[in-house]
Amino acid sequence: MVRALQVRRLLSAPLEIQSRASMSDLLSRIARERSEAAFGELFQRYALKVKAYMLRQGADSATAEELAQETLLVVWRKAALYSAEKGSLSTWIFTIARNLRIDRLRKESAWQELPDNIAETLVSDDQAPDEAVSDRQREVRVRAVLAELSAEQRQVVEMAYVEGLSHSEISERLGLPLGTVKSRMRLAYQKVRTALEELK
Amino acid sequence: MTGKIEHHLDAATLMAFSAGCLGEPLSAVAAAHLEMCAHCRAELVDIDLIGGVLLEGMPASGVLNAQAALPAMPGDVVPMSGRNGGPGGKDKARYSDGPQSFAARIGVDLAHVPWRRLGPGVWHYRVKLSPGVKGDLRLLKIAAGKRMPEHGHGGSELTLVLDGAYRDERGEYRCGDIQDVDEADEHQPVADPQLGCVCIIASEQRVRYKGIVNRLLQPLIGI
Repeated sequence: MVRALQVRRLLSAPLEIQSRASMSDLLSRIARERSEAAFGELFQRYALKVKAYMLRQGADSATAEELAQETLLVVWRKAALYSAEKGSLSTWIFTIARNLRIDRLRKESAWQELPDNIAETLVSDDQAPDEAVSDRQREVRVRAVLAELSAEQRQVVEMAYVEGLSHSEISERLGLPLGTVKSRMRLAYQKVRTALEELK
Repeated sequence: MTGKIEHHLDAATLMAFSAGCLGEPLSAVAAAHLEMCAHCRAELVDIDLIGGVLLEGMPASGVLNAQAALPAMPGDVVPMSGRNGGPGGKDKARYSDGPQSFAARIGVDLAHVPWRRLGPGVWHYRVKLSPGVKGDLRLLKIAAGKRMPEHGHGGSELTLVLDGAYRDERGEYRCGDIQDVDEADEHQPVADPQLGCVCIIASEQRVRYKGIVNRLLQPLIGI
């Protein structure tokens, strides 16, 4: 019941969307004017979230803080590359944070470096901008779907994304066959995909 | 790239890639497939939204200083790009040359791989992983028409065809195709009768290829 209410609130959340739009404004001020004030606001909203994410991934506090600052520094440097009309800001920041975390773990082997944002780079070329539903709208949908996942699906998704555990590690931790972990992941994704297809 | 890619990454594998928890060898091969496969890239864009939403949901307690994050000289900035924001355009060429760019990244020249013979018609080359990393990443070359013995897998395994093709119970795998299996799967691949096959195989666990190939050498003893 509470969950249903929350979901409804998310779906009809003009405030939420507005605040996101203003986040994009901040970003374009960073891109165009190099506004440190705008950066400060964006930083307040995301740096601690990124730090919390890094802590859950197993980083110690100093490293988590460092990685959070590095993440926001990339946002500062690459603000001009982000597409304010289309993009989901939190998803962009998530991919930056994730890549920095992976780089940190793999510092010793240069060849492992993944190209920056494989997904974003290419898809933006594949779709015409005007026919694409904005990522912000899509993000609202995904949030609603995640809120409605069954507890067991939600658990594996969070263990992977937030705690950074591989499917095999999740299967050991939960005492489940690897196939079961994978099928829960797939079911969760299936719901996301169905919801996103409804938008098209 | 020639031909259309028919075999894709499993959604669960894409999610692990998006979450950044796929592990070094699997993630190297998944990235190589993504570079060649628009279908999987589009799926990854959707899947990355999950990470964005979960990041947005993280608690934000405590204090961090924004000034500390900024460089003393705010000069090191990436300029505005042309259309649509994405770092697309120029970088794109990097992705379209298929197997070569991937091979170069792992320090291999596909024309001059220092192959080591595993058995008749089968060669391999082990790619070095970071210190302490679990798993196995290696190139495998199989002569035209060569049949591998039926075998299972330990944990998750990704096979990406870089040249030629192979066929098994599930279909034909050509350049750019990926086979995404786990421990429950068994198969018996046969290399293309004309082209043979070069592929890269990433496993979560160390694989005993010698054992698999040895069984080829002992047809009379039986498997």
